[in-house]
Amino acid sequence: MAFEDQRTTVYKVDPAHPESETLPTLRTEELLLNMGPQHPSTHGVLKVILELEGERLVKSTPVLGFLHRGVEKLAEDGTYHQFIPHTDRLDYVCAMYNNFAYCRAVEKLMNITVPDRAEYLRTIVAEVQRIIGHQFWLGTQALDIGAMTVFFYCFRDREILLDWFDELCGARLTTSWYRIGGVERDFTASLLDKLKQFLDYFPPKIDEYIVFLEKNRIWVARTKGVAVISAEDAVSFGLSGPTLRGSGVDYDLRKAEPYSAYPKCEFSVPLGKNGDTYDRYWIRVQELYESVKIIRQCLEQMQDGPIMAEVSSVTLPPKERVFTNLESMIQHFKLFSQGFDAPPGEIYCGTEAHKGELGFYIVSVGGGKPYRLKIRAPSFIHMGAFDYMSRGYMIADAITLFGTYDIVMGECDR
Amino acid sequence: MSLQQVMSQLQNAFPAGLTKLAEWRGELTVTVPRDRLHEVAQFLHDDLAMDFDYIVHVSSVDWPDDDERFEVVYEFYSVRKRQRIRLKTRTPESDCIVDSLTDLWKGADFMEREVYDMMGIRFRNHPDLRRILMPDDYTEGYPLRKDFPLRGKGWRDTFEFLDETAR
Repeated sequence: MAFEDQRTTVYKVDPAHPESETLPTLRTEELLLNMGPQHPSTHGVLKVILELEGERLVKSTPVLGFLHRGVEKLAEDGTYHQFIPHTDRLDYVCAMYNNFAYCRAVEKLMNITVPDRAEYLRTIVAEVQRIIGHQFWLGTQALDIGAMTVFFYCFRDREILLDWFDELCGARLTTSWYRIGGVERDFTASLLDKLKQFLDYFPPKIDEYIVFLEKNRIWVARTKGVAVISAEDAVSFGLSGPTLRGSGVDYDLRKAEPYSAYPKCEFSVPLGKNGDTYDRYWIRVQELYESVKIIRQCLEQMQDGPIMAEVSSVTLPPKERVFTNLESMIQHFKLFSQGFDAPPGEIYCGTEAHKGELGFYIVSVGGGKPYRLKIRAPSFIHMGAFDYMSRGYMIADAITLFGTYDIVMGECDR
Repeated sequence: MSLQQVMSQLQNAFPAGLTKLAEWRGELTVTVPRDRLHEVAQFLHDDLAMDFDYIVHVSSVDWPDDDERFEVVYEFYSVRKRQRIRLKTRTPESDCIVDSLTDLWKGADFMEREVYDMMGIRFRNHPDLRRILMPDDYTEGYPLRKDFPLRGKGWRDTFEFLDETAR
């Protein structure tokens, strides 16, 4: 399945070449081209100024901020609980993982241990969200390159899981299902049935996606050897997730700093060799299989138990107690009007979302609101490497580069 | 290598240079004076025992009541040693500039630009220090400073395409 891709040889004009004077001279000039902010392939409102030499990219300057909503400023104005719905709007195709990352950070600040069953529920839903994220990525990335069929197949299967989310928490995309110290509600029998059905249904479909893409010569030629980045550079740029592992760097927070129910599951972290777009695609597809494996193991190991930590000063009381018990109602009212009193200090907590390391840095000076909350958004940091990775490739490869990072502008601009 | 070993090695390398070493919730925070930031960062990056080759984030905190008002926070990770460290420095408002670390970590480029855009801290030797999230012609200042009002300073009210109810 190896196709030679001639276009990866980088063309450079060299005026110091010994024969440059005998060669016929042509007037050449660089062309500036604005791509975006409303281009359908830029995955949202992203503008890139491309400096071109013929069709080759000499330099590209990303112009960010079209979707900047000042989320970090808003965080300083609300309580810790009030910020959970804001995290949905960061990476709006994968809200669950943002909730997860944020709740973990606050739990680290408050030093709360989450009960076992809640950890399993969290891991299952996070992995379902990873499947959704990778399906969305696979569909849109193939569509950008022109392979339309895979898009429909991915979105057909993604729809099943979004309906499952709908049944779980009442929303398809902006879920807000995670809570500080646990989760909002447990799985019902119907949800468990549907998830098990999906786990049997899904792995053959992944094989189908692979056949569609890897038998497509155009798609392979446009991904193999394109946007290569070495392991050393990828680490220096702070890339994370499949974008980093495509270059062969073994850095997955689920293994490096195990959290939730991941240490209790057996799974492998696929690594690439060449650091090109194809390797990053391969990793994401392999992660689909791994996610199915993780969910299966969690479903087997999960025992009955509480789904919320019982730290009355921080975690929310169960809804039925709020309506029947005076103390719980007071606690509920207090938590929502004033929030809880966080200890002074600062923490950073990174979580392996499907795009990369999604981290929250929280500075607290006591009181119910964060003094400063910084979001380490993988999309933003990946855009920092865009210029470096795009040099020497064609304009059309810039499109595959947006795709290979899996950028979502809501998270990039915050 | 444990946190304690990192701490003792840092203290040996910079006997008088570190303002503060603190550990909280299993995280190591090192505070250095502004003029030694680059030197300590270079040690963390280059020393084989340290080997902090991965930049996690660059952030900033505003403490309006302090003499040295702004705090710049760097967070590094070592992919091989599986170790995290946080490096902090302070800068006063009157001379709001620190050394850029873009020569050590390439990723610092965008992250430092964001800190400049949001907090107004400048970075010496940064190759391309421009606003990144706010528009280039934005004149209201630096939005994440504590004295910046949540609803902005009135720029939005001048947008003619918004009718009065939407303002």
